[in-house]
Amino acid sequence: MRVVENLNQALRGLLDEDPSLFLLGEDIVDPYGGAFKATRGASTRHPDRVLATPISEGGITGIAAGLALAGDRAIVEIMFGDFLALCFDQIVNFASKSVTMYGRRVPMRLVVRCPVGGNRGYGPTHSQSPQKHFVGVPNLALFEMTPFHDNTATFSRMLDRGEPCIHFEDKILYTQRMYRGGRVDGLLRYDFVGADGGTARVRVEDPDEAEQVVIVPGGLANPVLAAVRSLFLAEERSCLVYVPSQLYPFDLDPLLPSLRRAGRVVIVEEGTAGGTWGADVAQLIHQKLWRDLRRPVRLVHSAPSVVPTAPHLERGVLVQESTIYQALRETEDA
Amino acid sequence: MDVISGWRAAPGGLPAPTPAAADPTELSALADADLELLLTIRHFELSLLDLFGRGQLNGTTHTCLGQEYVPVALRPLIGEGDHIFSNHRGHGHYLARFADPAGLLAEIMGRQGAVCHGVGGSQHILRDGYLSTGVQGESLPVAVGVALHLKRAGQGRLAAVYIGDGTWGEGAVYEALNVAALWNLPVLVLVEHNGIAQSTATEHQMAGTIADRAAAFGIRHRLVTSTDVNVIRAELAPRVTEVRLTGRPLVVEFVTRRVGPHSKGDDTRSPEELRAIEGQDWYRRYARHHPAQFQRLDLAVREQLADVVREVTARPLSTWTEA
Repeated sequence: MRVVENLNQALRGLLDEDPSLFLLGEDIVDPYGGAFKATRGASTRHPDRVLATPISEGGITGIAAGLALAGDRAIVEIMFGDFLALCFDQIVNFASKSVTMYGRRVPMRLVVRCPVGGNRGYGPTHSQSPQKHFVGVPNLALFEMTPFHDNTATFSRMLDRGEPCIHFEDKILYTQRMYRGGRVDGLLRYDFVGADGGTARVRVEDPDEAEQVVIVPGGLANPVLAAVRSLFLAEERSCLVYVPSQLYPFDLDPLLPSLRRAGRVVIVEEGTAGGTWGADVAQLIHQKLWRDLRRPVRLVHSAPSVVPTAPHLERGVLVQESTIYQALRETEDA
Repeated sequence: MDVISGWRAAPGGLPAPTPAAADPTELSALADADLELLLTIRHFELSLLDLFGRGQLNGTTHTCLGQEYVPVALRPLIGEGDHIFSNHRGHGHYLARFADPAGLLAEIMGRQGAVCHGVGGSQHILRDGYLSTGVQGESLPVAVGVALHLKRAGQGRLAAVYIGDGTWGEGAVYEALNVAALWNLPVLVLVEHNGIAQSTATEHQMAGTIADRAAAFGIRHRLVTSTDVNVIRAELAPRVTEVRLTGRPLVVEFVTRRVGPHSKGDDTRSPEELRAIEGQDWYRRYARHHPAQFQRLDLAVREQLADVVREVTARPLSTWTEA
């Protein structure tokens, strides 16, 4: 099953189960079913709760916040993550603050989901990874779709938090397959660690023998796994890979023993340089493990640049499998 | 457009203030309860400015001096099951709904008994179906979402949103009106058009009119120029009922005057202009038109508010446990 199909099943299943759940977004109703087809079929089953909206990202995020305020649950699809900039006020100043700014906890069951990332040739305003702009907002949790985490569980978890969440969905990942049964392929196996199975742990061999640990959100999980596979086959060097579902607040504790053992940590993300999610996680790791690390945490991210349209230029800016492979080799040699 | 008594608005802005002596309409006699509420809001706001002047309040506040009659007129038209969205200038809206000056003052002063434990302060209040927040235009889309919920519940409840003339500069307003009209949602937009956005006069910040903006979305618009609580209430009662019955939005534009500063001592209007505005102030006019009732209640309310200020000021600091 492809990841987008798993997501589609999750959205339809949640709408079937919960008569107070709304799904709002541009062009999400049938027969179009959303720009990336994540909502296909949902409006046919629930025409009164799956609502196609005008092109008003800020407005519809506010409408969803109003539904949440009134006790309903709402999921908003923003067609491209770049357009989250248009929702910034409603997400940051209203939905997130409302959870605590009135002196008592006000549950806001609201998820904003959006496709992110490049390598599709969509150009500077349709290719960004805007996760970093939302790190550290009180009462706002950030999640990213992965090929390991079942979306029904992730969305239930987000809606049950009682605070707004953003779900980032890598566009390339939509078309790739979900992993099932603890195996990625003949070489790589995986399981889950942390509360609610929050983080997938992928390894070649015994996780205790890994020479380095990679932390990567779901969007770049597959390029990282490809690089790890190549490194093992070429040089028999073993990496342990963590793929968290929840990016912020980040639960580092379940990862600490293996990070301490390996002493070498690489954090990979597609966002551009400067104020990155990875830098925030690296700071947490440095605080907890400074004496145990063999070297500072290595950050791998895209260049400090807009994301160009032409494929050769886009490749030059965005993190590629080769970038990751090179970083893993350098970290092990250091 | 439907003009309810009094002046007729000039295109693009408010009519010029009429000199005090003209006193165009005599205010009708109010029930004691209505006058008490008007006076409670007036003296609450004056108390705040006094407390600021004496250095006893922290931060900032925005008083609604001159505009008190708007929420008082609307009070019986908006029920407990309805939602009210208020803005930075919301003390009158709150007091008209809850008649709780002590809870509001405690909130503004960070004292025990504060409505929101002192976290929200003057412009961030949530109590039952009442919510205020401090970003212009932000609450209109939220009100549309609440109205969607209410319409589905099918009990004829509505979401009322107070905004000002300055709020129309925000794009969120237009996104929200479009959806409210498109989806036929019971949103009651209450525009307190006081002719000045902080320090900027309407003619310097708004092209066209609010009526034409509503018309562009096919939303009904009512212009209210009266400052008489009884007149406004009688005129608006059937309009508000219509919003409930049809589940369709309505924009009510109140031509009003802010007698006081935007926040504290930051009024840039000329002395002549302020004098003219003061001449239209319901407080002074009502005192002239109904002196016996006015003096009796004005004194009583002043004393009540002075007691509230003394009592709340003496309370311990508020505590916030749920971060």
